[in-house]
Amino acid sequence: MSRPPVSSTPGVTGPRAAEAKSLDRRDRAWWFDFGARAAVFVGGMSAILFIAAIFVFIGTQGLDFAIHRLSWSEFLFGTHWEPTVEPPRYGALPLIAGTAWITVVAMLVSAPLAFGAAVYVAEFARGKQREWLKIFIELLAAIPSVVWGVIGLHVMKPIIQHVFDVQIGLNVLNAGVILGLMAAPIITTIAEDALKAVPDTYREAAEAMGATRWQVIYRVVLPHARPGLSAAVLLGIGRAFGETIAVLMASGHRLMIPHSVFDSAATITATIAAELGEAAKGSDHYQVLFVLGLLLFLITFVINLTADWIVRGGRRRA
Amino acid sequence: MVTDPVIPPLLEVRDLSIHYGDKAALSGVSFDIRQHEIFGIIGPANAGKTSFLRAINRMDDFVPGMRVGGQICFAGRDVATVRNLYALRRRIGVVFPLPVGLPLSIYDNVALSPRLRGVRRRAELDQIVERCLTRAALWDEVKDRLTSLGSLLSGGQQQRLTIARALSQEPDLLLLDEFSIAVDPVTTMRIEEVLKELRNELTIVLVTNLVQQARRLADRTAFFLGGRCVELDATEALFSNATQQQTIDYLGGRFG
Repeated sequence: MSRPPVSSTPGVTGPRAAEAKSLDRRDRAWWFDFGARAAVFVGGMSAILFIAAIFVFIGTQGLDFAIHRLSWSEFLFGTHWEPTVEPPRYGALPLIAGTAWITVVAMLVSAPLAFGAAVYVAEFARGKQREWLKIFIELLAAIPSVVWGVIGLHVMKPIIQHVFDVQIGLNVLNAGVILGLMAAPIITTIAEDALKAVPDTYREAAEAMGATRWQVIYRVVLPHARPGLSAAVLLGIGRAFGETIAVLMASGHRLMIPHSVFDSAATITATIAAELGEAAKGSDHYQVLFVLGLLLFLITFVINLTADWIVRGGRRRA
Repeated sequence: MVTDPVIPPLLEVRDLSIHYGDKAALSGVSFDIRQHEIFGIIGPANAGKTSFLRAINRMDDFVPGMRVGGQICFAGRDVATVRNLYALRRRIGVVFPLPVGLPLSIYDNVALSPRLRGVRRRAELDQIVERCLTRAALWDEVKDRLTSLGSLLSGGQQQRLTIARALSQEPDLLLLDEFSIAVDPVTTMRIEEVLKELRNELTIVLVTNLVQQARRLADRTAFFLGGRCVELDATEALFSNATQQQTIDYLGGRFG
């Protein structure tokens, strides 16, 4: 095979020194890339900065009280939250229990509803119907929480009193259902994304083997999407957990440990919202509310870390 | 094949080893790749062929846990220490085994690289797009729908689009990793003709599972097995006169 004379291709066979140099020359694109990287780095780090700043703010507001005067065993296990009575008692267990009860009920309501909706939208709905469903689900997520609170107060309350024949309609069940309905659209949206992220080639491969639609979903799609679905539920829990005004309106806000879903209850968030305005700045009451905030912060942190851990664990297996 | 001793090799590989975590993919490989040759690499799966290509333009930067030891020099410059990695990659075109039509129009797919290096004039871009698509044996099929999405083409067409895109970089070195996996035999032959012509302008490293493809195209061929370069010779010499038993067995179809 014949070769062209070398000199006809100056670009390739030029002096090696120039060749090597061009790989070391930092051109405009390189510097732009450098600058852009620095800019997004600042953006990314700012998230950590804000979280740290909020943590420090909450922490320092309640620090003096938390170290010197708060009995942690009473705070975590005491059953009486009476901050304005003399002597005050700071037992947060009713609030923790109320939060846990309502969150659990909310998840029992929202998870089946949301998964059903997500599977339908992602796997069965087609064309226009799918588009409309998605729009409505997103609208549902955008309803302000105070509206949900009003629904709890004036719609759910009589229904619960009627159906279950109980005296009190503002209780764990009411708040749980309201919160569940609030969290469902968020869980649906994230779960649907997780289902849509399963490549169509997987579905085709399974369907080509004669698997029914349900078999494809159950055996192929759901296992592959499981980390995303778990994360969806945990983010829904985080949402239910942090919700304040709707819970305050629907739960009855009774500062005692609920023993059934028909008992009224109070949550950590609602207590902070209800009492912080009345507490004198810097007082023990004021400070203990910040300790509550810290507790809330830590629990949310743990939930989000767990969600992250699940998602990454799933990827490693995949 | 005659090589002018004055022309330095385009690629010098010295004692190259590649690890993924604890697992070695390539160990102690050394050879030169000359200017304007088609350098074939054959070998069974897990021989380290693709890892070798990845190391050349430092794709290992993307792969966590991938470590490259030894040295690769491109045009006399150690790729591990180049200060402008992007300039290096712009001069090396890569075609992956599975076609990757970017979600842009066919035209924009091919015009992407020229635009990245600052070509703005429409006439010039038009010319580059037509030339590259023609060379990749795709022009006739898509010239009437250059604005439709490249990612919607069929597999074989997307692969040719990928080749056109690599050519639009005007690279000094073209790395082809089993390019014909998703392409029909007729198109494969057309692309092979193009590759033979391209030898006048650039250097090609051709990784292939098709032993006969290496024989048709490559000036020299290396046989990789289990992360080592078992044998390297002028292609005809390798095929007719291999010295290593493993090479003879592989070429004879006794394994792999």
